[in-house]
Amino acid sequence: MNHLDPHRHVRGESQYLDDVPVQQGTLYAAVFESPLAHGVLHSLDFSAALAAPGVARVLTAADIPGENQIGGIVPDEPLLAEGHVHFRGQPVALVLARTEAQAHAALKLIKVEIDPLPIITDPRVAAAQGEFIVPPRTFKLGDSEAAWASCAHVFEGVAENGGQEHLYIETQGAYAFPTEMGGVRMISSTQGPTAVQRHTAVVLGLGMHQVEVDVTRLGGGFGGKEDQATPWGALAALGAFITKKPVKLVLDRMADMRMTGKRHPYSSDFKIGFDADLKIVAYEVEFYQNAGAAADLSPAVMERTLFHATNAYFVPNVTATAYSCRTNLPPNTAFRGFGGPQGMFVIESALAKAAEELGVPTHELQRRNLLREGDLFSYRQAAEGCHAEQAWDTAAAAFDLAAIRAEVAQFNQTHKLRKKGFAVMPICFGISFTKTPMNQTRALVHIYSDGSVGISTGAVEMGQGVNTKIALVAARTLGISVNRIKVETTNTTRVANTSPSAASATADLNGKATEMACQALRERLLRHAETEYTLNYEGLEIRDEQVLAAGVPADTNWEKLVSSAFWKRVALTENAHYATPGLHFDATVNQGHPFAYHVYGTALTTVTVDCLRGTYTVDALQIAHDFGQSFNEIIDRGQIEGGAVQGIGWMTMEEVAYNAEGRLLSNSLNSYKIPDIYAAPKVLDVHFLDTPGHPKAVLRSKAVGEPPLMYGIGTYFALRDAVRAFQGHTALPFSAPMTPEKVLVSLYPAFVTESSVAATTAN
Amino acid sequence: MIEFYLNDQPIRTSEAPASALLDFVRYHEQLKGTKIGCREGDCGACTVLVGELSADGQTVNYQSMTSCLTPLGNAQGKHIVTVEGINAAGNQLTPVQKAIVDEGGSQCGFCTVGFVMSLTGHSLSSAPATEKSTIAAIDGNICRCTGYKSLERAAAKLTAELEQRPAENALAWLSEKQFVPGYFAEIPAQLAKLKPAANGTEASAATIAASATAHANDGSVSTSPNGHAQNQNDHGHTNPAPFTHALLGGGTDLLVQRLEELREQPGVRLIFDQPGRRGIRHETTGRVVLGAATTASQLLESDLMRGLLPNLPQYLKLVSSTPIRNMGTVAGNFINGSPIGDLTIMFLALGASITLLDAAGATRELALPDLYLGYKKLAKAADEQVIEISFPAPQAGDFFHFEKVSKRTHLDIASVNSAAWLRVENGIIQAARVSAGGVGPVPLYLARTSAFLQGRELTAETVSAANEVMQSEISPISDVRGTSDYKRLLLRQLLWAHFLEFAPELAVDELI
Repeated sequence: MNHLDPHRHVRGESQYLDDVPVQQGTLYAAVFESPLAHGVLHSLDFSAALAAPGVARVLTAADIPGENQIGGIVPDEPLLAEGHVHFRGQPVALVLARTEAQAHAALKLIKVEIDPLPIITDPRVAAAQGEFIVPPRTFKLGDSEAAWASCAHVFEGVAENGGQEHLYIETQGAYAFPTEMGGVRMISSTQGPTAVQRHTAVVLGLGMHQVEVDVTRLGGGFGGKEDQATPWGALAALGAFITKKPVKLVLDRMADMRMTGKRHPYSSDFKIGFDADLKIVAYEVEFYQNAGAAADLSPAVMERTLFHATNAYFVPNVTATAYSCRTNLPPNTAFRGFGGPQGMFVIESALAKAAEELGVPTHELQRRNLLREGDLFSYRQAAEGCHAEQAWDTAAAAFDLAAIRAEVAQFNQTHKLRKKGFAVMPICFGISFTKTPMNQTRALVHIYSDGSVGISTGAVEMGQGVNTKIALVAARTLGISVNRIKVETTNTTRVANTSPSAASATADLNGKATEMACQALRERLLRHAETEYTLNYEGLEIRDEQVLAAGVPADTNWEKLVSSAFWKRVALTENAHYATPGLHFDATVNQGHPFAYHVYGTALTTVTVDCLRGTYTVDALQIAHDFGQSFNEIIDRGQIEGGAVQGIGWMTMEEVAYNAEGRLLSNSLNSYKIPDIYAAPKVLDVHFLDTPGHPKAVLRSKAVGEPPLMYGIGTYFALRDAVRAFQGHTALPFSAPMTPEKVLVSLYPAFVTESSVAATTAN
Repeated sequence: MIEFYLNDQPIRTSEAPASALLDFVRYHEQLKGTKIGCREGDCGACTVLVGELSADGQTVNYQSMTSCLTPLGNAQGKHIVTVEGINAAGNQLTPVQKAIVDEGGSQCGFCTVGFVMSLTGHSLSSAPATEKSTIAAIDGNICRCTGYKSLERAAAKLTAELEQRPAENALAWLSEKQFVPGYFAEIPAQLAKLKPAANGTEASAATIAASATAHANDGSVSTSPNGHAQNQNDHGHTNPAPFTHALLGGGTDLLVQRLEELREQPGVRLIFDQPGRRGIRHETTGRVVLGAATTASQLLESDLMRGLLPNLPQYLKLVSSTPIRNMGTVAGNFINGSPIGDLTIMFLALGASITLLDAAGATRELALPDLYLGYKKLAKAADEQVIEISFPAPQAGDFFHFEKVSKRTHLDIASVNSAAWLRVENGIIQAARVSAGGVGPVPLYLARTSAFLQGRELTAETVSAANEVMQSEISPISDVRGTSDYKRLLLRQLLWAHFLEFAPELAVDELI
């Protein structure tokens, strides 16, 4: 069955935030942002703006009736700047006008005086000055320090990864309406309706019950609308609350890019040691996370980096430390993988470094050190249902790793100015919110008296197909056609206190809750059938809308059963609560069982580099992936392919650039490039591994959202492999993304050295 | 008053001609299927079809365009088609829509309508559908869920269906197969009743001048097929002087840079469809002459240009995307003055010159390199406008080649681009023209490098020595498109690329 939404998508009938018909009297909001990255807010003069045509109000921190605070994990983020500004693009004031154009025109009339303070953009500089968002954390297993002495080989190095702009094609926005109760109702393009609700309530000084947030769907999220939809929701709500008029706030593309955070860049130091058999003995790593100017989700992202610091490998002695460093950039935030990719990139760099120095293929080191059943992660959870070796060996066999290697070697022998490169990327990704209390949700299921079904959950549909999965779970559990089922908008008044749609766990959590609610309803209906039709409850079931007693069609079907239950006053509504069982984690010692399960997979990447121009193509990405028991292969394949290509983008052309003043240089789609259709790998094979799935995965279908992104990391190492085939030197830094510039400069290092020398001499 | 057809509805509007078609469609007509993604022609979420009545008045030729950069006035006399205009009754899906749904080619759905429109435009095209051409039709559409492989599968399905499309009376077949609704058959007759936009008679330069009176452009106006403000240093938009003589072509640069201002500007003149501004001809003098508003797509499709420069289509595929090439004009690319304008770089190496027309109706010719005085400073009076472009037709055996490297191969602005024209006889370079973009404040004609090459043997040593000259002739700066060191290295490589393309036997060991 297809994903349900696309039928509406292709006809242009799906409604996104900006498509909601505008109510009369609506005011349009535009955000006045800090023009400097750091300083003392000296004065703000918006008198000219206020006098401009169509302008109704200009709101500042002083207008906030409640608390000027939207920090999710750490209360360090004002909604509107007060006293200081900490990054360029920080919201300072909100203009409300009768038209969007008038609101934007008025922004230019606002004058702000800021006494500049020193600007930090580099996390290592921040660390040297003790600018930490939260205290550093260390995950430790065994004793790495004592282990070095026993190592036959030890290698050290530095690895750097860049940020990544989410570039959801639908920009951030919210549309808020004052309610007669003195509260606010709003439509928000958010992955976390409850977060928007909670922070808006704080800002307005209201109870959460006075703030209603509704979400139909998002035009892409990827983590960028997990916490960072909140400011726009809260600002629109503030405007509506104060003016008593509907207020619509939609960021234009460049404002969105300037004002919102991205995937965290990291700079990391690694040290890795092996025994004589090339088994990893010890690994030490220090991560310097560029958090930006406020905590946002950085502490949680940093924690997941630590969880995934050893990727799919068993390392008996690990010391992994992470520093969340405060800089004067927009607060960086969740992005598919949530710190995991950054952690994995470093250990893959360490393995590549070791392999290059030892003169062995990297994949031999990788294969030798894969996790096995029962191996401990650094946080003391054991690998259970471990498919790391199965994924690797299946990929190697199905796609013929040996033949690819031979072909690459052969090509490189016979080509001077074109070189192929190859890399293997195994992944292991933990599923669950690592903050254990977040692993809970509810589903509210109504069966209407005509047999149709409405389902509300905490899940937000953003293209990942979660609503389709939920509908399928309900249809399967109730024994009815999916056509009877409607998945409602995500609304805080129907399902409260939800976690954001994130951590790949949305389908598991909300699907399980739906399954529970539907099971309860089914049982109730069958109990009703037992008495109403004098049937034996044992062996009663509903299949294809027909009631069966011990496999024999009974004298009733779904519609009749529902109708008769209604008239007999049987409750046709159920509200189920699901909290993933068995999870615990003690963040004081960094030990526990934080994940419901892990997802495994392996990708083979083959690239060709044009060694004349420094350009390249990804020829093939061949993946063996652990879906468990997929119940919608179209959606799941789409997630794997899409995630992997997004990961390739991060590792290749996507380069977030700020200057020393903290100004975003890659500030539009013409200067920040994401993959287009020609940039996707020519061949992208996905092999569905034969694994049993996991009982904590919905219908044993494992989570698919984030894990595939990390297959993209293989592209970096395949490009590096090709570059080395041309030059053979080992002085390459580990620095992602591998843009055409980095490739060319790596191919011809002498040119740049000479020209720098020449420039220095000339000066 | 602008008159056109929007789907099956006639439109008469007095909205500003320089406003964006996108805003008219979404907020004036409340057709919300067309989405806003970037407002700079870089994502394709707002793609619509623009149909123009053919010369015979019997058929309409449809092209995909990004409505964010399409001036509303350019819709005059045309058929604008949004997704609402192709949706079948009764919730049925068109074959394009069905292919995307069946193959899982729509995830979050926000970009999806753009893909639907591009592929529908492709279905309406008269060219045969191949796997390659179907993919090329969506080269301007970005999907951030990166569902490209499913979209490729959908495209393959569609290509197979389109193989059945008859060459004659294709529209009837497309209508029968529900690619488009039946009302499309009535559109040619309806458009014929409207004031024509483009298919008027040829007008002489003098007529244009007479009608132009004081109008012409001020040096920063017009368009480029690159669809962007291509600031050399890329250090943000400069504050250009206010318009004195606003002249608007395809809109691909101006609607990115100055939409708000243009919308408020009275007396903006639209030249995109002005008679006499398009077309390519080979004159008896041996020169090739292009109308100033000739689009990149028209260059790409021109048999004349292909005959002279067989690889031109492959070069033009590196220039922006299909919808932007359908809109951006050659003169716009020149006048935008971007130091990395792809077409400008090509035409510099072709030895092009431009014909400028002033308000009094006088014309003068200017060699293209002489147009550029400094960063976005042109040797052109405010009331002068480009009306024609010409260049000497390459002779058989002449070599011409264009190179471009950008972060993303397609739909991106070059880090460095370069073009070279060579005439070689008996191993001696008789004449050469080399140009390069992204390595100075203006698109550079490398005069010294070109002169150096003349009379030298075609050898690796010559290339190396030419590079030395070239390096002294450029002044790249570090910006978001690369460090100055990289740009120097890259241009050296591209010079080699030209020569290796021409003479693959040249020893490359020196380079490696």
